[in-house]
Amino acid sequence: MRILVGLGTCGVAAGAGATYAAILARTGTLHGSCKVGKTGCVGMCYREPLVEVRENDGKRWQYGQMTPDRVDRLLEEHVGKGEPIEEWLVWTSDGKGQEKAFLDRQERIVLRNCGVIDPEKIEEYLEVGGYQALKRVLYQNDPDGLINVIIESGLRGRGGAGFLTGMKWRFTRLAPGKQKYVICNADEGDPGAFMDRSVLESDPHSVLEGMAIGGHAIGSTQGYIYVRAEYPMAVERLNIAVAQAEARGLLGDDVFGTGFEFHVELKEGAGAFVCGEETALIASIEGRRGMPRMRPPFPAVKGLWECPTNINNVETFANVPWIVLNGAQAFNRLGTANSKGTKVFAMAGKIRRGGLVEVPMGISIREIVHDVCGGIKEGRKFKAVQMGGPSGGCIPAELENTVIDYESINKTGAIMGSGGLVVLDETTCMVDVARFFLDFTQRESCGKCTFCRVGTKRMLEVLVRITEGKGKEGDIERLENLASLVRNNSLCGLGQTAPNPVLTTLKYFRAEYEAHISNRKCPAHQCQALLTYTVNEKCNGCGVCGRACAAKAITGEKGKPHVIDHSLCTRCDECYRACRFEAITRV
Amino acid sequence: MTSAAPGAHDVEAPRAYDFKNLHYKGAGGVLIPLLQKFQVQDGYISRERIAEIHRKTGVPLSQIFGVATFYAQFRQHAVGRNIIKVCHGTACHVAQADGISKALKDQLRVGEGETTPDREFTLETVACLGCCSLAPVLMINKDTHGNLKPADLRKVLKPYREQKTKAGS
Repeated sequence: MRILVGLGTCGVAAGAGATYAAILARTGTLHGSCKVGKTGCVGMCYREPLVEVRENDGKRWQYGQMTPDRVDRLLEEHVGKGEPIEEWLVWTSDGKGQEKAFLDRQERIVLRNCGVIDPEKIEEYLEVGGYQALKRVLYQNDPDGLINVIIESGLRGRGGAGFLTGMKWRFTRLAPGKQKYVICNADEGDPGAFMDRSVLESDPHSVLEGMAIGGHAIGSTQGYIYVRAEYPMAVERLNIAVAQAEARGLLGDDVFGTGFEFHVELKEGAGAFVCGEETALIASIEGRRGMPRMRPPFPAVKGLWECPTNINNVETFANVPWIVLNGAQAFNRLGTANSKGTKVFAMAGKIRRGGLVEVPMGISIREIVHDVCGGIKEGRKFKAVQMGGPSGGCIPAELENTVIDYESINKTGAIMGSGGLVVLDETTCMVDVARFFLDFTQRESCGKCTFCRVGTKRMLEVLVRITEGKGKEGDIERLENLASLVRNNSLCGLGQTAPNPVLTTLKYFRAEYEAHISNRKCPAHQCQALLTYTVNEKCNGCGVCGRACAAKAITGEKGKPHVIDHSLCTRCDECYRACRFEAITRV
Repeated sequence: MTSAAPGAHDVEAPRAYDFKNLHYKGAGGVLIPLLQKFQVQDGYISRERIAEIHRKTGVPLSQIFGVATFYAQFRQHAVGRNIIKVCHGTACHVAQADGISKALKDQLRVGEGETTPDREFTLETVACLGCCSLAPVLMINKDTHGNLKPADLRKVLKPYREQKTKAGS
């Protein structure tokens, strides 16, 4: 029997480190046959910290919200007496537990090992068939055949643009040049996305194996992983994984004794969103400012140090070993006509079950939000999903039957993106969401193209003005005009897609913009400058609001309803937060 | 490379890097890793360090300065002992991360990017820490804290303060 604690960044943030320490401290009381181990993230971030009890025959029990104070009872009852604690169970391998629905609808290819193996032990990856795909392609030694399999599988780049991975490999293979490079883009800069972090933290070897297979396909001996420095745990686990793979001859000068040479080096990003764009990423690895350049020539022809370079993202590479082992058909039977396989989504925002899900392409947004993730928190109304981060857009609740595939999502004005899916409810102001993303892209613009550098700034000014209640007639048209200028006159994806959050919210939530501008009201009650605070009949005169008010705008006798003086009120929201009787109304 | 006499600020780093990319395109490839190493060491990138990297690698001063000011990671000013990074990603934004930032500013009496007078804390914001399902989130040094409320912050900061009193006493 083994006890496994989920120690990804999200688990640790929820206190899994203390749980792990508590279990270790009590190992003296355990039977000799019971081992304690670590594992990555199974994706149920909303129930962290997670602890799993796994029998030697593979039977699994997953417990949620395992704070240190629950450890004693777990060890005593389940481990000691063999009696699982029903009320804490979130999932079991024989189909029980409160969160069964979350895992049942999923199809796990990329996340196949996440939460199953210890990411810091290569032995465990090897046990579940790790590096067998690499071994097979090296023994077959047929790179063109391998590329055909990847093309046939229909795997498209999971970084957002959705270019056929196999075609990209073929272009790089055919490009003339002795030295070629493989780059894994792990610069997951989209706010609201954490798929790549989880995969790197929970199953780093699958990415390394995918890269090595890609290296064999295109004829490269050197790979780079460009990983965000904001992900210290991913960096640490990748370093461990590379060292272990090298020590076992699974990476290095002579992989599997076949004479294939492949090295992997880590490059830590330095915090620039634009470096997710491939030419900017290359500039960054070369030690320059991360500024994109004109394409063509594409990196497949002229990339890193002017050599042919193949760039794929983390999720794409993690798919590759599975496709090699299970065949192209096993992969392309999942999905829609043009989008094959699965997609990992990072679910966040106002959703009940926030975390990581992997669903087959072709599933609808409604199914993901309601069936897999349990709908909206606190029974509120589902308003929209934001897909694709700052380059994407908002898909309103009316279009919840849109299916997940590259083309259908594009039709709505959003993009598939790397997989961040932020769920918004009725309390979210769409103008504020647009302002948030514009603020982000405006700061992250590298400054090369005038329209991206200045245009986003002007758009942001208009949006800020609207949210502050100073919107003018004609602001909506001004935004639309600027959006088309920025989109058409920027070199790279950052600028070309920066207006998307504004355009999609304008398309689906135009009335909200108009309410801000014409009526000076925020329908979602989020834009503070547009709120009016009043005391309603629930007030019992406790006086808490008056003490919280720094502007001394609230007066009233103790025990009698209080009054807010609107000429003094600064709309700081302190009274609203202080009141325990819902007696302050914001309109 | 110059053989300057080793001083207090002498750089050992270039030797730690074997300059394996030199034969492709100069020393450019090591520039960002070098800056990162110095930032870990000093907490920020000083002008002296920039000059030093230039001397040892031959990368033009303008390029080093350009890179050091381009990337959000590199700071140009000294920082406090603990660095607080408040996440302002999408999920954190809709979960009222602004309230967290505001509460911290009030508590520490500093603005964004500033350091407390006792040099204990530097307050920064970051685009996304990738812990979206635990929003709002902040990171202190290398520890991530999630599901925060403005009222919890005093408790979250406390252990980081105590470290110092112990070390100082």
